[in-house]
Amino acid sequence: MTEEPLPAWSLPADAVERIALPEAWPGQVTREWAWGGATGAGVRVCILDSGVETDHPLVGEVQQSVAISIDGEEVLVDEQDSSGDLCGHGTACAGIVRSLAPDCELTSVRVLGAGYTGSGAVLLEGLRWAIEQGYDVINMSLSTTKQKFANLLHELADTAYFRRTMLVASAHNMPVESYPWRFSSVISVGSHEAADPFAYYYNPSPPVEFFARGVDVEVAWMGGGRLVCTGNSFATPHVAGVVSLMLSKHPELTPFQLKSLLYLTATNVGDGS
Amino acid sequence: MSDDFRSAVAAGVLGTEKNYRELLQSIVEVARAIFSAKASSIFLLDEATDELVFEAVAGEGSESLVGRRFPSSTGIAGFVLVSRQPLVIEDVLTDPRFSRETAESTGFVPKGLMAVPLLHEESALGVLEVLDRPSEARFTLAEMELLGLFAAQAAIALDLLQRARRAQQALAGEGELAVLARIADRLERRRDDEDEGTAAAAEFLATLEKIL
Repeated sequence: MTEEPLPAWSLPADAVERIALPEAWPGQVTREWAWGGATGAGVRVCILDSGVETDHPLVGEVQQSVAISIDGEEVLVDEQDSSGDLCGHGTACAGIVRSLAPDCELTSVRVLGAGYTGSGAVLLEGLRWAIEQGYDVINMSLSTTKQKFANLLHELADTAYFRRTMLVASAHNMPVESYPWRFSSVISVGSHEAADPFAYYYNPSPPVEFFARGVDVEVAWMGGGRLVCTGNSFATPHVAGVVSLMLSKHPELTPFQLKSLLYLTATNVGDGS
Repeated sequence: MSDDFRSAVAAGVLGTEKNYRELLQSIVEVARAIFSAKASSIFLLDEATDELVFEAVAGEGSESLVGRRFPSSTGIAGFVLVSRQPLVIEDVLTDPRFSRETAESTGFVPKGLMAVPLLHEESALGVLEVLDRPSEARFTLAEMELLGLFAAQAAIALDLLQRARRAQQALAGEGELAVLARIADRLERRRDDEDEGTAAAAEFLATLEKIL
């Protein structure tokens, strides 16, 4: 946005003009302003999950399929993974994002499927890799309960936030501590029961910040199939899809602004327009 | 080892593997009844082999499935375990692969299933599944909540079962702590047999002396 980075912790008087926002928000922010006419074009979305079936009609083109694994101390990144989806879940998430933001660019980063042991470490390395690639949106319909990963995940979530990568993560609906959805630098998503894919609610009592469609959702699954599914896993890509639309129309938005925009356009805020 | 020792003592006092198995069985029976489902099962993660093992099954397939194993991170149960996310599949519209894989891990081809991770403290111990609710009943978030409550109970039972097994291993093992564990077990039976108790106390003191 600026030729030279500003000092990190201060704003000199002669630099004020340099941070003038290119587009002022209108007095009343509407969904029409936020994403009206947007298709997700130009937005890079990463599905951090079980893999994505590349030729599924509800998913369309998948730009790249990557698989992360760990061998001893070494992190292995297979940038041309051909094993597709090992469960169906990643394909479901990708299909939901595609249904909301049809022209976005989808990448699959597979962090599940190599066994339970070490799965937390693979998740962490997958997220690290995805942040380094500079995706605009990362959909994480999964979490870890391992305390030892909490601090590292927290650092990664903050890094993403400051690098303008919007992490959208599934909240847990069980009374356990899990991560990264509890961090304020990510958008956390739970489910509501309505059938409207564009209905989303701001939660005034966090840690779960938004609720999106997550009950009886028709999704893509392995083998070109379709299932009707319920879970916060499926609410999350609805928000990832809406965020992709917003970024497609307003590429300058930071994660802080995206959260604000989600709040201002939430179904339960103002008149929900 | 000290954890195993504590477990061993606790097992002597609190119960046996058989008790916890009965508890798990009762959980799946109740889960099946409450959701009017065709079947319900609990899988335990075997960390040594990275596999999920059927520990308790109610309803269809119940005789043949207990003890059967499959990889810990593929299929629906594996995904739920590794991702820590509960998942409900209401209606399999078109998916031969889903049907085949779930048939392999359930004993029959369900039209839908609910799967929830069994989380205890930091660990995912296993998965609870409920298969084929009545198709006319629409799934609600209240049922998701109920499933979560069952999962919390099942996770505690699974944790106790694992402790009981570790305790059995400690009791059957060699070494001084195993001896102490056996003594603790025998002291616990003291009320039943006065002589046995006295002998156990003597053995306990002798072993303690050896250690010190």
